[in-house]
Amino acid sequence: MLWTSAVVFVVVVGGVLLALARGTRRGAGETPTTPDSSLHRGIVISTVATTVVLIALLTASVWAGRGVASQRAEAAVSIAVTGHQWWWEFEYEDALPSRRVLTANELHLPTGRPVVVKVTSRDVIHSFWVPNLQGKRDLIPGMTTAIWLQAAQTGRFRGQCAEFCGLQHAHMAFDVVVEPEGQFEHWLDQQRAPAASPTDGLASRGLEIFTTQRCGRCHTIRGTDAAGQAAPDLTHMASRLSLAAGTLPNSAPHRRAFVSDPQATKPGTQMPSNPFTDQDLAALTAYLDTLQ
Amino acid sequence: MTIGHVVDGDWQELERSWADPSGWRRLTSSIDHKTIGRRYLITAFAFFLLGGVLAAVMRLQLARPGHPLVGPDLYNQIFTTHGTTMMFLFAVPVMQGLGIYFVPLMVGARSIAFPRLVAYSYWMFLFGGVFLYVSFLLNAGPDVGWFSYPPLAESLYSPSKRADVWAQLITFTEVASLAVAVSLITTAFKLRTPGMTLNRIPVFVWSQVVTSFMVIFAMPAVMLASTALILDRLVHTHFFDVEQAGDALLWQHLFWFFGHPEVYIIFIPGSGLVSTIVTTFSQRRMVGYLAVVLSLVSTAFMGFGLWVHHMFATGLPQLGESFFTAASMMIAIPTGIQIFCWIATMWSGRIRVQTPMLWILGFFGIFIAGGLTGVMLAAVPLNTQLHDTFFVVAHFHYVLIGGAVFPLFGAFYYWYPKIAGRPLGERLGRWVFGLLFTGFNLTFFPMHVLGLHGMPRRVYTYLPELGWGPLNVVASVGALLMAAGVVLFLVDVLALGSRATADAGANPWSAGTLEWATASPPPPGNFLHPPTAGGREPLWDNTPAQPVVTGLRTDIREVLVTHVLDAEPDHRQRFPDPSAWPLLTALATTALFVGSIFTPWAVVWGAIPVFVTLVGWFWPKSAGDAGTQPWPIRSRTLPRPGEAPAAGGVL
Amino acid sequence: MSAPAALDVRHLPAGAFGSRSLMWWATMGVVLIEGTVFGLTIAAYFYLGMRAPAWPPDSVAAPDLRWGTINTAILIASLLPNELTRRAAERVDLGRVRWWLCASVLFGLAFNAVRALEFTALNVSWDRDSYGSIVWLLLGLHTTHIVTDFLDTAVLTALTFTGPIEEHRFVDVEENAVYWYFVVLAWLPIYGVIYWVPRLT
Repeated sequence: MLWTSAVVFVVVVGGVLLALARGTRRGAGETPTTPDSSLHRGIVISTVATTVVLIALLTASVWAGRGVASQRAEAAVSIAVTGHQWWWEFEYEDALPSRRVLTANELHLPTGRPVVVKVTSRDVIHSFWVPNLQGKRDLIPGMTTAIWLQAAQTGRFRGQCAEFCGLQHAHMAFDVVVEPEGQFEHWLDQQRAPAASPTDGLASRGLEIFTTQRCGRCHTIRGTDAAGQAAPDLTHMASRLSLAAGTLPNSAPHRRAFVSDPQATKPGTQMPSNPFTDQDLAALTAYLDTLQ
Repeated sequence: MTIGHVVDGDWQELERSWADPSGWRRLTSSIDHKTIGRRYLITAFAFFLLGGVLAAVMRLQLARPGHPLVGPDLYNQIFTTHGTTMMFLFAVPVMQGLGIYFVPLMVGARSIAFPRLVAYSYWMFLFGGVFLYVSFLLNAGPDVGWFSYPPLAESLYSPSKRADVWAQLITFTEVASLAVAVSLITTAFKLRTPGMTLNRIPVFVWSQVVTSFMVIFAMPAVMLASTALILDRLVHTHFFDVEQAGDALLWQHLFWFFGHPEVYIIFIPGSGLVSTIVTTFSQRRMVGYLAVVLSLVSTAFMGFGLWVHHMFATGLPQLGESFFTAASMMIAIPTGIQIFCWIATMWSGRIRVQTPMLWILGFFGIFIAGGLTGVMLAAVPLNTQLHDTFFVVAHFHYVLIGGAVFPLFGAFYYWYPKIAGRPLGERLGRWVFGLLFTGFNLTFFPMHVLGLHGMPRRVYTYLPELGWGPLNVVASVGALLMAAGVVLFLVDVLALGSRATADAGANPWSAGTLEWATASPPPPGNFLHPPTAGGREPLWDNTPAQPVVTGLRTDIREVLVTHVLDAEPDHRQRFPDPSAWPLLTALATTALFVGSIFTPWAVVWGAIPVFVTLVGWFWPKSAGDAGTQPWPIRSRTLPRPGEAPAAGGVL
Repeated sequence: MSAPAALDVRHLPAGAFGSRSLMWWATMGVVLIEGTVFGLTIAAYFYLGMRAPAWPPDSVAAPDLRWGTINTAILIASLLPNELTRRAAERVDLGRVRWWLCASVLFGLAFNAVRALEFTALNVSWDRDSYGSIVWLLLGLHTTHIVTDFLDTAVLTALTFTGPIEEHRFVDVEENAVYWYFVVLAWLPIYGVIYWVPRLT
C-alpha cells in the first residue's frame, strides 16, 4: 500500500511538474501545439491505469481482511472486556463459574493460542486497541462484538482506549503480557485465588480502613467484605505492572500518591480524593502492598 | 425580441436602483449578493482565525509529554470547538460565500436568486457562530468532539448545556447552508445570460451547483440527528440511549451519512477553484470539460455511498464493509480524472506562475498525498489500526487544507482585484505561500508517523516513555510557521492591500469568464447590458457581433430569467428592494433556537415572533412590488410552462 | 468599431407560472430538503425496529387507526380545493381563488384539529422507549409541516381579501398549492409507517 501510494504520488506530481515545465516554456503568442486528441488519449490511459491500481488495492484489502477475520479455533482463550470510564474490566471466561478470573487493566495472553475478545461497554463508547497485536474494536454499550487475536511472541505490550470517552480518555491504557502457556496458566491460578489475609498489624489496620471507609463501595477485594462493582477489582492489584489504567508505574510511592489524590494524576476521574492521615495512609498502602 | 444596435443605457440609473442603502441601514437591510458575499468571506475568515488559535493552543499543549498547559476539561472544549468551527463556521460558509459573490457574476446575472433569503442565511450563520463562542467563553463550550457521539453526548454523561450548544449550532449553520444552496441552484439554472447553454456553464458554477445539491441531501441527516439528540437530552426521548432500546450506532449512521458528503461539500468547490485558476493561468480552455463536469457529478453521487468507512471499528459484517471499501476507493477515479484534465490543460497551455497559480501547485502536492492516504484508510485491515489515530488527523488535514484551503488562498489572490478593485502584490503572496506550504507539511506529515506509532486522537496529553515527543515538537514548530504565514497574509491584505492605489482594471488576468466583463469592483446591478455567451469562455470566445442584453429596466431592480436548458430568454423578474426583514427574522429564529435548548416551550412561544417577521417579509407593500399589473386584471400576461407570450405580451 | 448587437428583452412578460417561475424552484428546494428529512426519519424508524426485540415493544399497542385514517381522508380530500385553487390562480381568477383558498383553510383547520387527536391515540409516550420516540418524532415532523402550511395558506388567503394584489401574487398562490400537494402526499408513506407497520410485524 505504502509503496504503491508513493509511486502514484511521484508519477502524478511528476506529471504536474512536467506540464508546468512545458507550459511555462511556451512563450506568449505561441499557440498550443498538442492536439486535443492526444491529450484526451492521455487522460483516458491515466484513468484506466488508476482504475486498475485501485482494483488491485481493493482485492488486496479484501484478501487481507479475510485473513485477519478468519482466525478462529476451538480451545481459544475467551475474554470478556467491559469498558468503563476510564478503566478496563477483564473477565477470563470458563464453563465453570468458580474458574472465572475477574481482573482489571492488565491482560495476560498465552503465546500461540487464539484468543477471542468479546467487547462491550458499561457506559460510553470506548475502543479496545493493542497496536502490536490487532486492529481496534469499539466497545459499544448495548451490544457485544467479538474480535480475534493471536500473539506469536512473548513480551510486554501496551493497549489503550482509542475512542474519545471523556475527561480521562488520554489515561485509559492497559498492559498486555504475552507469556508461554505454562506461565499463563500459573498467572490465572494466582488471579483466581482470593486475597490473602494480612498478617501484620499495620496491614490489618489497612484492611479495616479499606472496608470501613468508602473504598469498598466501589472496589472489590475477593476474600474481604469489599464488593463494589463500580471500580477496578483490586484483589491482586500489587502484582500489576502499572496503576490507574496504565498511567503510573505500580510502585509503593505511586500507590500512596494515587490513593490520597487521584485527581492530581487523572483530573475528573470517578475516584474522589481521600485526605487520609499519614498513619492511615501508611496502613492502607501497607495493606495494598500485600495484594500480590 | 429584436436584434439591433445598442442604445446607450443609463449606468447611473442602474446604480441608483441597485445600490445598497447608506449608513447603518446598509448593515441591516442590504440584500446585494456582493455585499453579503463579502460579509460571508470576512466572517468565515474570522472564524478560521479563531479556529486556528484553538489549534495553536492544542499544538502548544501536545509539544511536550505530561505537564499540560490546560487540563482535560478545557482541552476537550478546545478540540471540539476547533473542529466544529473549521467544519461548520469556516469551510462550508467560505465556499458558499464565494458562490454567493461570483456565481451571479459568472452567469451574467444582475443578482443572485432569492437575495433576502441569502441575507437571512448570513445572519443565521453569524448568530450561530456567536452563540458557539459566547458559550465557549462562558465555559459552556461543547466538549464531546465535533461529531458528538452518544452515549457520551447524552445528558447522563454530559449533564451541562454544552452538548446542546453544539447541537443547536448545527441547526443554525445547516439552515443557513440549505438556504444558500437553494439560491445558488436557482441562480445557476434560471438566471444565466442567453447563450450560456448547459455545456457553457463555467466549471466553478457547476461545482457550486453540485455542492448545493449535496447540501440539500446531506444536511438534513445531521439536522435530524442533532434534533434527536436535543430531544433525548431535553424531553427524555430514547433515540440513542441503550437502556430503552435506543441505539448508539443510529447516531453514527445519521451523522456520517451527512459527514462524508460534508467533506465533498468542502472539496468540490475547491476543485472548481482549481479548474478556474488552471484555465486562466494556462490561458487555455479546460481540456475534457465534459469529463470534469461529469466527475463532479459522479463524485457527489458516490460521496453518499461511503459513510460506513467511518465505522469500520464498530464490528459490522465483513460483506458490508467490503462494499464501502470498494466505494471509498473507487471515488478516487473521478477525482483522478479531474487531476488528469488539469494536467492536460497545463501541458498544452501557456502558463504564468503568478501567485494564484502557485497556490494551485501547492494544492497538487498536498491534496494528492491526502487522497492516497485516504485510499489506504479505505482498506479495513489498515483502517482498524489507523482509525482514531493521528494518521487520520494527517489524512484529513492533507485533503481539506490541500483540497480546499490552498485553492481558497489561490482564489483569494485571483479574485481580490475584482472584489476590491486593487491588485495585491506578488512578493508577499509568495512568502505567505512558502510559509504555509512549509509549515503545513512540517505540522502534518509527522502525524502520519505518530499514528503509525500508535498515538490516538483527542488526548490532552501523553506519557513521555511512549516516544511521541520529538515528532510532536516538529509538528508544533510547523504550526508556528503556519501561524506566521497567516499573520503575514493579514498584513498583506489589511495593511498593504488597502494602501495600494493602482486600479486593477476589469480583467487583470486576461481571464475568460463573465465576472471579468464588468468593472472592478462590480457596480451595483453588475451589468447594464449583460453580455451573452458565445462559448464557454465568453471573454475569449465572443466575437464583436455577440449581442448584449438590452431592454431590462434600470429604474427598478429587474433581472432576466432564462430557460433551464438552453438559456433562452423567458421573462423579466422584478427583484425586491433592500429590507431589514431578513435580519429581524434571523433574530427571531435565533431566540427560538437558543431558547429551545432550555425548554421545549421555546419552540411554541418562539414561533410567534418568527411568524410575525415572516409575514412582514413577504407581505407586499404595494401592488407593483413584483412588477406585474395590479388588480383589476383584464387578461393574463404571465405565461404558463409551454406557452409562448403573444407579441405585445397579452395571452 | 460599431456598437455590439442588442438582444432586446423589453417585450418579455414580467413573470411566469409553474416551473418557469423562480418561486417554483424555491418550493422544489423545500420539497427536496423536507422529503429527505422524512425519508431519513422513516429509515431511522426501520433501523430501530430491526434492532429492537419486539416492535412495538411488548405491552404497547399499535396506534389506534381511527383518527389517523380519518385524517388521511381529510388530507386527501383537501387536495380538491387545493387543485381548484391552483387552477383558478393559473386563470388569474381572483374570485375563485378566494373561494377555494377559504375552503383549503377550512380543511387545514380540520386536519390540524384531528392531528391533535392523533397524538392522543398513539398508545405510547415519547419518553417510554425508542419506539415511542421515533413515532412521536415522525408524527411531529409532519405536524410542523401541516401547521406551517395552514398558517401560510391562511396569510395568503387574507392577502387575497385585503390586497395589495397584482398578477404575480397568483404565482404565489399556485406555488403554495404545489407545497400543499407535497405535504399531503408525503403523509401517505408516513401514515403507512406509523399506523400499519406495527400491525404487520
